[in-house]
Amino acid sequence: MTPEFAKPATAAEAETASDDTAAAATTLPTGSSVGAYLHNYWQRIRGGDMGSLPAVAALVVLFLVFSVAESGFFTKANFASLITQAAPGILLAMGLVFVLLLGEIDLSAGTTSGVGGAVVAVLLMKNWPWPLAVLLALVVGAAIGLLIGWMRTFLRVPSFVSTLALFLGLQGVVQIVVNSAGTQGNVSLNSEALVALENSNMPQWAGWLMAAIVIVGYAAQKLLAVNARRRRELPTEPVLVTASKVGGIAIVAIVFTLVLNLNRAVNAGGGTKIVQKDGKLVSEKVAAAYLGGVPWVVPVILVLVVVLGFVLSRTRYGRHVYAVGGSDEAARRAGIRVNTVRISVFVICSMLAVVSGVVLASQTAVNASQGGGNTLLLAVGAAVVGGTSLFGGKGKITDAVVGGAVVAVIINGMADLLQGKNNSAWQWIVTGLVLLLAATVDAVSRRRAGSTGVG
Amino acid sequence: MSDQPILQLRGVNKSFGAVHVLHDVDFAAYAGKVTALVGDNGAGKSTLVKCIGGTYTIDSGSYEFEGTSQHVSDPRDAAALGVEIVYQDLALCENLDVVQNMFLGRERLRGIVLDEESMEIAASDTLKSLSVRTLKSVRQRVSSLSGGQRQTVAIAKAALWKSKVVILDEPTAALGVAQTAQVLELVRRLADQGTAVILISHNMLDVLQVADTISVLYLGQLAATVNRADVNQTQVVELITTGRSGNLGLQPIGTITGASA
Repeated sequence: MTPEFAKPATAAEAETASDDTAAAATTLPTGSSVGAYLHNYWQRIRGGDMGSLPAVAALVVLFLVFSVAESGFFTKANFASLITQAAPGILLAMGLVFVLLLGEIDLSAGTTSGVGGAVVAVLLMKNWPWPLAVLLALVVGAAIGLLIGWMRTFLRVPSFVSTLALFLGLQGVVQIVVNSAGTQGNVSLNSEALVALENSNMPQWAGWLMAAIVIVGYAAQKLLAVNARRRRELPTEPVLVTASKVGGIAIVAIVFTLVLNLNRAVNAGGGTKIVQKDGKLVSEKVAAAYLGGVPWVVPVILVLVVVLGFVLSRTRYGRHVYAVGGSDEAARRAGIRVNTVRISVFVICSMLAVVSGVVLASQTAVNASQGGGNTLLLAVGAAVVGGTSLFGGKGKITDAVVGGAVVAVIINGMADLLQGKNNSAWQWIVTGLVLLLAATVDAVSRRRAGSTGVG
Repeated sequence: MSDQPILQLRGVNKSFGAVHVLHDVDFAAYAGKVTALVGDNGAGKSTLVKCIGGTYTIDSGSYEFEGTSQHVSDPRDAAALGVEIVYQDLALCENLDVVQNMFLGRERLRGIVLDEESMEIAASDTLKSLSVRTLKSVRQRVSSLSGGQRQTVAIAKAALWKSKVVILDEPTAALGVAQTAQVLELVRRLADQGTAVILISHNMLDVLQVADTISVLYLGQLAATVNRADVNQTQVVELITTGRSGNLGLQPIGTITGASA
């Protein structure tokens, strides 16, 4: 120990002092007061870590704008169809979140979903039971993901190029599979269970049960987390914040279920119809129809959000996905099997693409151009709009849900808003602009994060 | 310096094709001491460190760790012995926080779930034991840290894992005055905890301030290993630039038999 060591201590203290005024955004709560918590949250936003906030804001604004501008938008029936419209894109975007977290891209996810839908449809025609058909399609998806991952890690082909090639090639595969059914380029799913996903609704009680499970589950998870930290005398988030988060989830779940359980049938009140009786026209009473309930695809998405969210945020594998996305050199030096992680995200993405393809096939029938065209780009857009970074290392599974909802609202709202021959043209332009805006926000916030990091 | 070195290399040679980079280098590091490894560009510092860290395998010579001979041919071999290298580019994930970085690749689990609480406590304790006061929170993302703070995290990571030998590659190269002082203080404390610290640096002030022993490499040969107390800056600079200083260092060819081999 050399004697000069009295001085550095003061220098270090000097830096401590100067750091107190600097931003110190944290990933887990450190402040115990609501004020400190909000301050920390504000610092994170200022540092470019906005998460899904812009997307949630966009969702609210879009909802208001379309509701005012257009009579058909803010209706019970349209709310339900919004959800079924958004579902395939959300599922596809969930898979893309994994790939984007590593700073990679999978341009073939859309056509992979087409392959998945086509394989399931054709197998169902051959009277396979639907679970087996879906399982085989998932295996096909996994194989496609393995192929992309292998090309990326062992042949070092950039995923942008290899998946672009697959995007083209798999479109041909979809056509061949669909044509093998011999039904002139269209196959519908021959399974009540799968068709129900997008076309049937849960009974009212099941919808409420699901809402209850969501609220209780979320609250329990929060309480357990707070308790675990408190037991170890670690700072926890303020009780008020926890309570408002749980309350927020509860309100969303209840309103969501309530609205969807309302009767959205056209002749909800019953009515009369004119029938011919004994040569005369008579008006006859018709029983009130009921069409309502939460679409069956919602629990599918919910389960996937919970499972995949758990994997990403609570398991070692998830931590390694973020690490590789942040710096694969650092991850490699830490002993993480970078190649395995990289291959795995492509496999997960392709398998979720298959799930998305099945849901899409449930909505419409499978046709020969399934999954081509805009499907993929809208899903990438959804993930990025939701707050997942194109540069890797930043994103959450819920980004796919929020972003997917934004994209679906735009498409749904624009569809009726603009009439005339350029209607679909404007949909394209607006969707493109939203994606561009999201990518710009991503790039700018990344730069901000970089600049606040120095000093 | 009478006690056994924890790490001892004797007569180490390393060539890359026709280029003979290390000639019969002897090097030792002691628990609780800071050993500075200095030398001009191309003197072989990086090569020697990579041999210690297992990135390169030595061609000939002996590698002894805690008195027993070891064959180190892979970074994992070195890590298993307890040798940790903190590279100049730090190898931290900017999108993760301090705790997550310190435990990266060695996360603690409860079942299949990450044990965040226990990791956070252990990381805080390590930082406290090193008297680190510059971090506001262990849950800060690394992207929001300054260069000095990042260096602190990288060094604390080595301390957390109870590494026996920690090699610091130019830890102060990119830092300002205050941050440099703070990192050197940390280096000292790490050594005081019983770790053998090997410090690679171009900065003579840093070396003279913190090192106990200075090993000087000159054109792939060990020019001299001297006690900090026995030398001044001029002598060290002479050793680095010419390989000798007075009666220290390599003697002119011919004065020692065999030196011209």
